[in-house]
Amino acid sequence: MNTMDRRRFLELCGLGGGAVFASALAGCSGMGAAKNADAADFYFVQLSDVHWGFRGPENPDPTGTLPKAIAAVNALPRQPDFIVFTGDLTHTTDDPEERRRRMAEFKDVAAALKVPTVHFMPGEHDASLDRGAAFQEYFGATHYTFDHKGIHFIVLDNVSDPGARVGSEQLEWLKADLERQDKDAPIVLFTHRPLFDLVPKWDWATRDGAQVIATLMPYRNLTVFYGHIHQEHHHLTGHIAHHSAKSLMFPLPAPGSQEKRTPLPWNPAVPYQGLGFREVDAEPRTARLAIQEFPVVAT
Amino acid sequence: MKRRDVLRCLGGVAVALPLLELGVGHVRAAEGEGRVIELEARRFRYTPNEIHARAGETLTLAIRSVDFVHGFSMPELGLRSDLPPGRVTRIRVADLPAGRWTFLCDNFCGEGHEEMNGMLIVEA
Ligand SMILES: [Cu+2]
Ligand SMILES: [Fe+2]
Repeated sequence: MNTMDRRRFLELCGLGGGAVFASALAGCSGMGAAKNADAADFYFVQLSDVHWGFRGPENPDPTGTLPKAIAAVNALPRQPDFIVFTGDLTHTTDDPEERRRRMAEFKDVAAALKVPTVHFMPGEHDASLDRGAAFQEYFGATHYTFDHKGIHFIVLDNVSDPGARVGSEQLEWLKADLERQDKDAPIVLFTHRPLFDLVPKWDWATRDGAQVIATLMPYRNLTVFYGHIHQEHHHLTGHIAHHSAKSLMFPLPAPGSQEKRTPLPWNPAVPYQGLGFREVDAEPRTARLAIQEFPVVAT
Repeated sequence: MKRRDVLRCLGGVAVALPLLELGVGHVRAAEGEGRVIELEARRFRYTPNEIHARAGETLTLAIRSVDFVHGFSMPELGLRSDLPPGRVTRIRVADLPAGRWTFLCDNFCGEGHEEMNGMLIVEA
């Protein structure tokens, strides 16, 4: 959709304020969603890369940043239909007890969200050291689907395998699920790592991501939202758009902009710089989506 | 034709076929291996983590992992292999192109995993 369309759409939804990003959201042919003629517009919020338990100079407010984001979400004039956390809920630890402590604490803090429906998925920090065992104890399945107002949502796990593979079993599951969908159906896929080779030398990839994308290609209205890279980024593989979200702990450098993927330093002049969350506005009738980014601000 | 191009011809997702050497004996130079460089992989470090070479050279990295199935990935040259502990995994790379090539562990191995990387510096 072009900028005009999005602006009109956001106005339609009564959404003012916040930066509206006019980045291409491909997969918005608007052709296929006739079946959803009755589905109401809605929006959801994506939070990502909380890294609960992280301690370091990159964020002098490690226990206050997530609560600030939650307060900002709770203060939105109209509440979202649901929230999704796209992984790295906790910062990794070699100690399985400490891992569980971080998950329990994170869960307590996240419970302050007023929206009752919250979807979780793991990042490699949560799941790669125990193949998702602790995550499943606290949050349930690491891959699943749900439907909401005419849109099919898929949560894909590319982190429980320490080698960052989706794996043949899950790939078969994905194929079986997609076969039940119309090729024009509006579909949103959530995952943690980029499915395409963004910066493999920074581990910004999924080892069998090419197979996943090949499986997704026949679907004309499919959009991917992910985390992992701690910044907003938009990329197209064919007609499929991939949108990464900001972190709520520390930002990372622009893809491939330096030799090492070291976290960006805290900027005392602009606290919480580069951290934030996003709204995704959905118009199931036309399979259209629009993104609005929100920063974390000092209070 | 550069090795990179050859690897690309193979489909872009080229994977090094490591010659596995079982046991803990000395690393033996085999024919065509070029210069053999021994590396150790352990949480969360490769030793050495900086390797120097000359453009056009052929190298064999003989990597002994001691504590985990670490990974060795040098994505820009299309090389990757798992490193099962307790043995030496050999990765041969021929006709090295000049440049600074990052290598990294791509099997999540613990708290310091993200710092487990190194650099192959190939002088023109
Ligand atoms: Cu991650
Ligand atoms: Fe992360």
